[in-house]
Amino acid sequence: MIKLIDVTKSFGDREALHPLTLTINDGETLAIIGGSGSGKSTLLRLLIGLIRPTSGEIWIGDTEISQISEAELDRVRLHMGMVFQYSALFDSMTVGDNVAFGLREHTRKPEAEIKQIVREKLHLVGLDDVENMMPNELSGGMKKRVSLARAIAFEPEIILYDEPSSGLDPIMSEKIDELIIHTQRALGVTSVVVTHDMASACRIADRIAMIYEGELIAVDTVEKFKQLKDPRVQAFFHTLRTVKEDAV
Amino acid sequence: MERFLAAIGGFVIRRFEEFGTIVLLYRDTLREVARRPRFGAILAQMSHLGVDSLLIVSLTLMFTGVVFTLQTADILIRFGAQGTIGGIISIAIGRELGPVLVGVVCAGRVGAAITAEVSTMKVTEQIDALRVMAVNPVNYLIVPRMIACMLVVPLLTVFGDVIGVFGGWLIAVYYSGISSFTYMNSIHTFVEVFDLTGGIIKAVFFGNVIAVLGCYYGLKSPEGAAGVGKATTRTVVASIIVIFILNALLTFILY
Repeated sequence: MIKLIDVTKSFGDREALHPLTLTINDGETLAIIGGSGSGKSTLLRLLIGLIRPTSGEIWIGDTEISQISEAELDRVRLHMGMVFQYSALFDSMTVGDNVAFGLREHTRKPEAEIKQIVREKLHLVGLDDVENMMPNELSGGMKKRVSLARAIAFEPEIILYDEPSSGLDPIMSEKIDELIIHTQRALGVTSVVVTHDMASACRIADRIAMIYEGELIAVDTVEKFKQLKDPRVQAFFHTLRTVKEDAV
Repeated sequence: MERFLAAIGGFVIRRFEEFGTIVLLYRDTLREVARRPRFGAILAQMSHLGVDSLLIVSLTLMFTGVVFTLQTADILIRFGAQGTIGGIISIAIGRELGPVLVGVVCAGRVGAAITAEVSTMKVTEQIDALRVMAVNPVNYLIVPRMIACMLVVPLLTVFGDVIGVFGGWLIAVYYSGISSFTYMNSIHTFVEVFDLTGGIIKAVFFGNVIAVLGCYYGLKSPEGAAGVGKATTRTVVASIIVIFILNALLTFILY
């Protein structure tokens, strides 16, 4: 279980996150939505310890990570994976080496076994025979898939997705959503997905949380979330309806 | 006036902050060297950074030896001191010109390459990806580069010394008319082992400075392509300044 208790984050004088309390249950998919600059990516980076909160507590399982050392944090991170907005693949390595990276760093598995795991994970995300390709030879959607394969190679309990559909066409975006759902079901992981795409959030999430100007204004199941009367929430749904009408 | 003083004060404070951050980075790097040195990555970096610098080091030292001999040979012959030319060139190159010029060349070639690589990794979130995968970026990026540079810059210096003395020999023998025996004999007579090893010791320090400053400015680079460019320039400028200051200090201590 992930728990945030009164977490705030300031950059200089600007408070990017106002006191925020949130619980994410084991095995659920929580979508965090909000406009650009609302603080949702900040929240994701706090969850994996890339930045530290100004105040408050962040619990990952039984460990409170806001004050622990980087070495202790690394032990927690071994149970987590992250898919970055722009994939963040190591561009000097092949796709196979990218996926194998965590396994080579943290395990003593034989190379043959690592290669087998790499093939399996790439197959799971719908990519076969790409191990020897370089990241710059891949399309945006393929990079996202490789990034997901890398994130799940170590079989984490928690996967964080930063804008997984950003920069992709609607068809590829939908495929990535299916992949997130498939991965969640296949591995039973807890998923936290940061997105500004309401349609995507509705497709993949068990619950949706909305952050508006650094403040958590609503958290609920998808169905209940749709019923909320808050104009800031409705404004997001309005964009979704507009997109659907345009498509018709 | 008040604004002027505040600007100076701000500049001094920023430099002290920068210095403090670099000292902390050194501390972290040394700690990580002891924890996990990554020998494979060190060899890869040595090959990548060292071999690529061979040509430019050769050209720089070759022409330095050539020009140095052109400038000094005539005067020394005029005073009947042609028997000292080889020694003078070897000592100048071994003690000063070799390590300093190789250091400056490597600051431009190797330091800039390190900064460009590290800052690009930062901009494209690859360094965050390392941290997310529980890999310490200092251990993974800085340690191999620092050790590689501390080995490669001295090796390049020895190579450059030989090329520089050879450049001097070419001019001394084929332009100034000094016999090859006189040139070589002068080297045997005047040059001591420490003239070479002192330069190598300097080069070890220069290699260390180039790698750590290269990584530091890479990690601190502002976002965007312009940020990468700025960081690269800062590395080259800062490395060259530190190399010259360190060279004066090390010359004072070693000789």
